[in-house]
Amino acid sequence: MDFSFAPEYELFRRMVREFAQNEVAPLAEEIDRDERVPWETIKKAAKIGLFGVPFPQKYGGAGGGEIGYCILMEEINKVCASTATVIGAHTGIGAMAFYLDGTEEQKQKYLVPCAKGEYIAAFGLTEANAGSDAAAIQTRAVRDGDDFILNGSKIWITNGDIADVLTVFAVTDPALGARGGVTAFIVETAWPGFRVGTKETKMGIRGSSTAEIFFDDMRIPKENVIGRFGAGFLTALRTLDVGRVSLGAGCLGGSLACLEMSLDFAKSRYQFGAPIAQKQAIQWMIADMATEIEALRSLVYRAAWMLDTQGLTREFSTISAICKLYGSEVLDRVVDKCLQIHGGMGYMKKFPVERMYRDARICRIFEGTNEVQRLVIATNLFRKAGLRIR
Amino acid sequence: MRIVVCLKQVPDTTEVKLDKRTGTLIREGVPSIINPEDKNAIEEALKLREAGLDVEIVVISMGPPQADAALREALAMGADRAILLSDRAFAGSDTWATANALGLGIQHLSDYDLVLCGRQAIDGDTAQVGPQLAEYLDIPQVTYVRELAIIDGQVRAKRTLEDGYEEIEAPLPALLTITDQANTPRYPHAAGIFRAYREQEVEVWGAQDVNADEDRIGLQGSPTQVKRSFAPEPKGAGEMLTGTDKEMVTSLVQRLRSKNLI
Repeated sequence: MDFSFAPEYELFRRMVREFAQNEVAPLAEEIDRDERVPWETIKKAAKIGLFGVPFPQKYGGAGGGEIGYCILMEEINKVCASTATVIGAHTGIGAMAFYLDGTEEQKQKYLVPCAKGEYIAAFGLTEANAGSDAAAIQTRAVRDGDDFILNGSKIWITNGDIADVLTVFAVTDPALGARGGVTAFIVETAWPGFRVGTKETKMGIRGSSTAEIFFDDMRIPKENVIGRFGAGFLTALRTLDVGRVSLGAGCLGGSLACLEMSLDFAKSRYQFGAPIAQKQAIQWMIADMATEIEALRSLVYRAAWMLDTQGLTREFSTISAICKLYGSEVLDRVVDKCLQIHGGMGYMKKFPVERMYRDARICRIFEGTNEVQRLVIATNLFRKAGLRIR
Repeated sequence: MRIVVCLKQVPDTTEVKLDKRTGTLIREGVPSIINPEDKNAIEEALKLREAGLDVEIVVISMGPPQADAALREALAMGADRAILLSDRAFAGSDTWATANALGLGIQHLSDYDLVLCGRQAIDGDTAQVGPQLAEYLDIPQVTYVRELAIIDGQVRAKRTLEDGYEEIEAPLPALLTITDQANTPRYPHAAGIFRAYREQEVEVWGAQDVNADEDRIGLQGSPTQVKRSFAPEPKGAGEMLTGTDKEMVTSLVQRLRSKNLI
């Protein structure tokens, strides 16, 4: 058993940390306020390969695997959750779907430019009446000769208004339901029939765009079906399984930033003639934060290592759900303690804690609510124990 | 053309502390980095390639096996080939012996057109190895370079002076030492990082590989020795003058007069 990172990961982490500190951190407040990540920042990140970290080099990626990708998400999330969300929606779910289940031609045509950051990708699953209940989607794709005609809408799509390509899930056979009746497609937003609706104003991760998107009689060539026809639900599940580990890594980064800020603040804030770090009340909060963070760190990188070495197993599906569930709840507790330690200072907009507190809350909701994660974990465990959960 | 860039792995001195008792650096837990101005030298070489020159960039370092990491980082930035001069016989080298070792390594490559070094290393601040290496190789040197170009087979460089710069032209091969004014080193590309470790190699050359004379390298071949290193005692605290502008100026002039400074 070896818990050390190979030297290439150490160098990669140092590079990403420098990039995050120099190019992203100074903009984090502005990104939150203006509700956008500057294109220049996106281009800078793309130029050094940060939009294709997990993908193999033959597809234009960095070849960093899931471990490399988790390092990226951890380090970017330390300074700006919005920027991390833009990269995450693109890499971890948008492009990940056709990396996992796409054909070689699809990978050459779409994954290569996505990995190089020439295209921005997004993942279109959620609808007004379907989120955690993915089987309830109503967007329809109807066969028309060699093409499909796509009609419907998706809501809350991260990168929805800036994406060049989308992974979209549509019902192709209503009689079959989720298993067999849903197909995944790669859609270019430049095609006729694509339209962006309302852009949401959010509580946190405000710099990442969250948009409603519409498809009106959009024609998709059959070459753009991802994986098997009718197996789109499986593609969605597999993609989300992978995405959940990096989400946990992002929560780890946010938590580490909170701990570091708390230590600094507790050392420099004097009350009753001494730094508040001398108070046991503060020490206990710090100790609890560090304890949960260390547990999360081990969990996230073990899950990433499992994926890199063993692929998408059923055990991985359980552990990735645990990563998402535990990571988002650790972050929730850590950011809350961080704000408490900062007291009034933490509540003021001029300090980053306030933003981090708002940014953290979505992690318990998106990419499958924590309630759904508990369901996934319990279902997998009972299946192993011989009972099917309905 | 072949550009050789010399680099040194140094402790990140922004995080380093001095052991007050022994006067030596506390290295434990301090990350090692490429000496910052050596990165500027690598960046200049990469810029020459991007300006359209057909160049092979060879990075070379003398150091312990751990210096491998610095050379891999240079490969990740875009260097083509990396050589580590590593041997117990090189240990303890002062700047002169280091220049000899690097010179032997460069001569072992046979052909080279340009040698780039960082102006100075942040751990020693001597700025000697570059000039000494040029002397060893018996080639022209331009120090404190902040801008350079290759024109008609010559190198033209702007050399920083205290109050401006001078423009110097030299025939190739030549050695230039590069300052941090020259450029902002790029971030290595993510793919370059993983390639540097998984597909590229660092060639390790020992003293015998470069036919080193043991009297000219290492501790034994070093004409200078460090007797003692220490942190200078802090000077007394400064004194803030208070009052109106006039009172402060009057007080200042009086003090300077009393010390016979004016």
